[in-house]
Amino acid sequence: MWRVKTIGALLLGLLLGLAVFSPALWAADYPKKPITYIIPFNPGGQSDLEARRQQPLLEKILGVSVVITYKAGGGGSVGWTELVNSPPDGYTIAGNNIPHIILQPLQRENAGYQTADLEPVALFQTTPIGLAVLKSAPFKTLGEFIAYAKENPGAITVAGSGTYTGHHLAYLQFQKLTNTKLTYVPFTGAAPQVTAFLGGHTMAIFGNSNDLVQHKDRIRILAIGSEERFAALPEVPTFKELGLDMTPSIDRGVCVPTGTPPERIKVLEKAFLTIAKDPEIQEKMISQGFVPKALGAEEFRAYIARKTDEYIEILKELGIE
Amino acid sequence: MLENFLFAVSQILSPANLLLLITGGIGGIIVGCLPGLTATMALALLVPFTFTMEATSGLIMLGGLYVGAMFGDAIPATLINTPGTPSAIATTFDGYPLAKKGLAQQALITNAFSSLCGGVIGTIVLLTLSPPLSELGLKFGPPEYFWMAIFGLTIIGTLASDSILKGFTAGALGLLLSTVGISPIAGDVRFTLGLPSLQAGIDLMVALIGFFCIPQILEMVETGAKEYHILQYRSERGIFWKTIRELVAKPVLLIRSALIGVGIGIIPGAGGNIASLVSYNEAVRWSKHPEEFGKGTLEGIAATESANCSVVQGSLIPMLTLGIPGSPAAAVILGALLLHGMRPGRELYTTFGDITHTFILSFFLGVVVMFILTSLGSKYFARMISVPFQYLVPAIVFLSIIGSYAIRNNLLDVTIMFLFGLGGYLLRKLGFHSGPLVLGLIMGPFAEQGLVQSLLIGKASGSVLKVMFGRPLSLVLIVLSIISILWPIVSAWRTRSVKEKKKEEEEYNSVEL
Repeated sequence: MWRVKTIGALLLGLLLGLAVFSPALWAADYPKKPITYIIPFNPGGQSDLEARRQQPLLEKILGVSVVITYKAGGGGSVGWTELVNSPPDGYTIAGNNIPHIILQPLQRENAGYQTADLEPVALFQTTPIGLAVLKSAPFKTLGEFIAYAKENPGAITVAGSGTYTGHHLAYLQFQKLTNTKLTYVPFTGAAPQVTAFLGGHTMAIFGNSNDLVQHKDRIRILAIGSEERFAALPEVPTFKELGLDMTPSIDRGVCVPTGTPPERIKVLEKAFLTIAKDPEIQEKMISQGFVPKALGAEEFRAYIARKTDEYIEILKELGIE
Repeated sequence: MLENFLFAVSQILSPANLLLLITGGIGGIIVGCLPGLTATMALALLVPFTFTMEATSGLIMLGGLYVGAMFGDAIPATLINTPGTPSAIATTFDGYPLAKKGLAQQALITNAFSSLCGGVIGTIVLLTLSPPLSELGLKFGPPEYFWMAIFGLTIIGTLASDSILKGFTAGALGLLLSTVGISPIAGDVRFTLGLPSLQAGIDLMVALIGFFCIPQILEMVETGAKEYHILQYRSERGIFWKTIRELVAKPVLLIRSALIGVGIGIIPGAGGNIASLVSYNEAVRWSKHPEEFGKGTLEGIAATESANCSVVQGSLIPMLTLGIPGSPAAAVILGALLLHGMRPGRELYTTFGDITHTFILSFFLGVVVMFILTSLGSKYFARMISVPFQYLVPAIVFLSIIGSYAIRNNLLDVTIMFLFGLGGYLLRKLGFHSGPLVLGLIMGPFAEQGLVQSLLIGKASGSVLKVMFGRPLSLVLIVLSIISILWPIVSAWRTRSVKEKKKEEEEYNSVEL
């Protein structure tokens, strides 16, 4: 009897040891239980919508349920703090938004996490930031806009969402490249920002491409931050075409806490990329005003590094950092 | 148009859609009932399920849920002094006193009927006046938000009728609490005590549970079983029609409240909580018996509930016509529309006219169904009060913990809730009311953002004064604020003069005799 128990215990120990030390077994074993997908924003936001779009497909691919939980606050920092304090076992993942995860640790004394604490998994969507004015505005082109800004420093008001955010950085970069001075008016989120702009309370807007596409009948988009011409707005020039070396954007992806086993990251990466490459999903994203992307973990990491350097430079020049 | 109309009616009345509407509605009532679970969260949970449905059916279910929550949130407000959603703050002012008097069922029937009125009026406005109203909504810029917040703060005068000074102290405390977290303008971190979780700021719902529910429980524990006997529910024959008759006699109150709700619903960011407080304030102002408010009057509940139900339709006006959600819940519905490939704007009224009209018209049926459900249920809900004290208190504490955690899945929120609960209890002992404090917490961010944005815009345009004081909508709000501040003084003077006249008359009469 005693013997049977010992053998049983030994076997159990062996199995456990195998489970812990064999990466191959880890991967085959994963995922076994529901995965928590943290959205660091409120329900109804774009990050939420994308996660809701992915949820049923993820469940189909991974074979386990995916539970979306909201941890909103601090522009996302509360959610990312929660993620980095979760066990790095691949069962807790979170939305990963650029530039938020780069700028918050740079600007805040204690954001609760560091950019390096978040391990990128995949990037699936980009929202180029565009500069627009109302149809009734006197500026027909970006050139005219810049000329007016030069003559009247500080007179042009630009609506943006938040401070030390994608919109704010786009504004800082634009001022630097064009040698102009504008007045940035921050709002808390896209809804109040777009309302203030459409109501003529500010003269211009640094807005997300999907908002600009939504209101394209009422507004004139002077330039957009995509690398190439943007599929949903083919008539709008890019900043680059107009001689301004800037590609402001907000990117959405997914990340896990640093220390998560690479085999598990691979499983997640594959699942997210399969969804991101689905032509039907890509088509829907384009019609709503987004640029579908499908960057794997490696490319995503390189992208974050590149953007970090870019932002540090802008902030340094302004003496902010 | 007529074609769309007929199609819509046939769609809504199909058994499958009717079932979805009722299911969504019941879900909404439950979510509304439980403090901490919001309509927004429930809607987001439902969105993936609507993928597999027809767009029409999905929207009908979402609409039912949204409306249901506005019916449900008054139930805990009345029975345990805790608003189920922030929209029902003002319902506690009169609902709980009524329950204490044993009139919980009347309060709940009032809730059902005035929500019905608000919903019907809101839907009529949504159906007929959406495009012009959404254009008007765009005129609401930063200076208007600032003045709206100031006007909102003048409501303290109504809420703290016993001591204006204590009211303003509590209001200032609320304003201070609203500054915790990431500052909305400069983006810096304020008063987080080094805790990363506090970057999220103080959630309104957590504060509501803390300041409204916990002090009530502590008081119940303090008075013990004595209090519990007062909270007996008394059943009465013919109570339903009696209450309805009483409400129907006040059409102005119901219509005014509904229109306030629609108006505030259109403004992004300003939702049911502000609408219901403003509507309550106006109800007190225009009432012939302002002294009865806060002590348990059906008028107070009617004003609040009519307004917070019509906010639902108000918040959909800019969403459907412009693609700007008037509330977080409307944002989720917008998301569902987009995922179904429908873009807000003209397209929604032309290409997708049939679906859009079905969605709008489903609100008519939705509010009627909710009305029937909540009126029928009122008798049973009201009995909950009679649950023995020793079971009721732990149950409420349990719900408070779950609710304050669920709102953001944040453990710190539970701690904050308890701290506020203790603080609220002490403040109440000192004669401070929680109402003004919560009002400060709601209005603080609007005042701060509106002011700084207006100053930035004013400086850029060359005249701060012109931006702050020179705009027509701002002027209206400024005048309203001044009236609101002076009103208590005027009405005090008026009642005094009436009393004096009476006294004089009495004296005169006594001389005659």
